Amino acid sequence: MPLLEMTNIHGGYGGANILNGVSIAIEANQIGVIVGPNGAGKSTTLKALFGLLTVSEGSIVFDGKTVTNMAPEKLVLQGLSYVPQEFNVFPTMSVEENLEMGAYVRRDSFRHLIDQVYDYFPPLKDKRRQPAGELSGGQRQMVAIGRALMTEPRLLLLDEPTAGLSPRYMGEIFDRIIAVNKAGVGILMVEQNARQALALAHRGFVLAGGQNRFTGTGAELLADPEVAKSFLGGGADHA
Amino acid sequence: MPEAGLLAILPMNELVFFLNKVVIAGLIIGSVYALGAVGVTLIFGILRFAHFPHGDMMTAGAFVALVLLWMFPGVGAAVGLPTAFVLMPIAMAVTALLAVGLDRMFYRPMRKSGVKPVVMVMTSIGVMLMMQGLLRLFAGTGTRQLYADTDDKDIYRIPLGGRDLVITEPQLMLFATTIVAVVALHMFLTRSRMGKAMRAVSDNPDLARVSGISIDHVVRTTWLIAGALAAAGGTLLALDVTLKPDLSYNIILPIFAAAIVGGVGQPYGAIAGGLLVGFSETLAVFNWSVLLRPMRPYLPEFIEIPAKLAFVPTEYKIVVPFFILIAVLIWRPTGLFKGRVNN
Ligand SMILES: Nc1ncnc2c1ncn2[C@@H]1O[C@H](COP(=O)(O)OP(=O)(O)OP(=O)(O)O)[C@@H](O)[C@H]1O
Ligand SMILES: [Mg+2]
Repeated sequence: MPLLEMTNIHGGYGGANILNGVSIAIEANQIGVIVGPNGAGKSTTLKALFGLLTVSEGSIVFDGKTVTNMAPEKLVLQGLSYVPQEFNVFPTMSVEENLEMGAYVRRDSFRHLIDQVYDYFPPLKDKRRQPAGELSGGQRQMVAIGRALMTEPRLLLLDEPTAGLSPRYMGEIFDRIIAVNKAGVGILMVEQNARQALALAHRGFVLAGGQNRFTGTGAELLADPEVAKSFLGGGADHA
Repeated sequence: MPEAGLLAILPMNELVFFLNKVVIAGLIIGSVYALGAVGVTLIFGILRFAHFPHGDMMTAGAFVALVLLWMFPGVGAAVGLPTAFVLMPIAMAVTALLAVGLDRMFYRPMRKSGVKPVVMVMTSIGVMLMMQGLLRLFAGTGTRQLYADTDDKDIYRIPLGGRDLVITEPQLMLFATTIVAVVALHMFLTRSRMGKAMRAVSDNPDLARVSGISIDHVVRTTWLIAGALAAAGGTLLALDVTLKPDLSYNIILPIFAAAIVGGVGQPYGAIAGGLLVGFSETLAVFNWSVLLRPMRPYLPEFIEIPAKLAFVPTEYKIVVPFFILIAVLIWRPTGLFKGRVNN
């Protein structure tokens, strides 16, 4: 049974539908990657999954439970965590306070989880008293992912975690995502850096116009000449 | 001795007069503004609208204290403090609940239906007019004392070379309460789980929501704090002067000026802003001739010292916060501390 199964999702922001039948399925502990052109509905797909817009048709089953249109604060308790594409830290709060806010729903002690985040992202430890808004883009992204890890999610949703980062930071973030996944956290991420992301994906989904165009393993999609031609921008990446 | 000589030529009388009229008076009225502005700024930070009825909420808090005073007139004499001050914590609790009630009844329905900010502002103005009407309906238009007959208003005089430094009991209480409130608020916002959640919602409400923070709890806490501080400010102001239903008229503009000068959404800024506006007012209406007169022998003949030399006549004091407001909005719209006007 898949950890997550979104079937034929339709929905939008009140006006015309943006999603016109998106289906995503991934198993526990897998990395799923969503790629596609700008405006394809990638972010919208994650938002629909996380209860941030109304799904008008289709179903979302997480861990055997139907969670279609469940409120985000409830989904957090179900084991889902979400890192938005933009504005994904509390800028005036310190790094450590950001992590504490990630653990807001916990009533138990979570000190060990803060330390675990510092193990994943060592640069954050030195900056733990600094306001997150003052950090570099890469470090902010680390805070954002760290915040989402504080609930010990079973599935982590990441919207373009490497957007706007230098190649060095991009590699570092991808490495950390793999490490988090190895520790038993499923990942569903949207990525612009499609080649690198698909290379580490168990499952890949190419969206366009609010629908699935191609679905397969990461390797299958990378090998598919059609996908390469239309969605991966020819040969070498353009970073 | 040179020092004694210097002291002798210092116009001590006039300096003490200055301390009384500017420093102490500014500190006092500034504290009242600070207690109100903190509430306004917290509400703006969390709910993103200007809470115009805040002055009336302060007045309402003072009237709650008055009703409590009628109910339990003897408690002050028993502990040797003004009755209204002893009962103030209860008035704060009642007003805090009143604030939550106002939110439930008027603001929350608007929020839930996702109205535009301008509709929220109109609602806020509507609630202000309603509260002013209700206060007059129940309290009339007369002036009342918040001192019970059994209370005595202590006045402390500290002699400083001739003239006394004068500070009254309610002024001391106001100052002490403000310090306690500021320290408590600081601890709450930086140490407690709910306080940090409030800062998180003020920083980034969407991210707070996806982190599982209950916006409803944060909103309720905000109203509780704002209501309690408003009641404290209103009660202490009424103890210092008198209690009138239109107490809010004179304070709402300076309070908004304080919140904006301090950077909207910044609690510490609001406190600094309150004191800044308070001092500006007392400095502006101060009669500077008093300080110039002792200089007479050192000034050239042709300079005449007028009997009254103030930047603003006392009756126009209200223009001071108005000018501060305009100046800040023109030169530094985000306030002296970085506020969240732009996002
Ligand atoms: N909050 C919103 N309200 C209304 N329409 C929106 C909103 N957010 C996005 N849209 C629209 O939905 C469509 C899909 O947007 P979405 O953000 O899902 O694209 P995306 O695939 O994530 O693109 P990008 O690569 O640029 O992030 C776009 O046409 C966009 O204009
Ligand atoms: Mg997007």
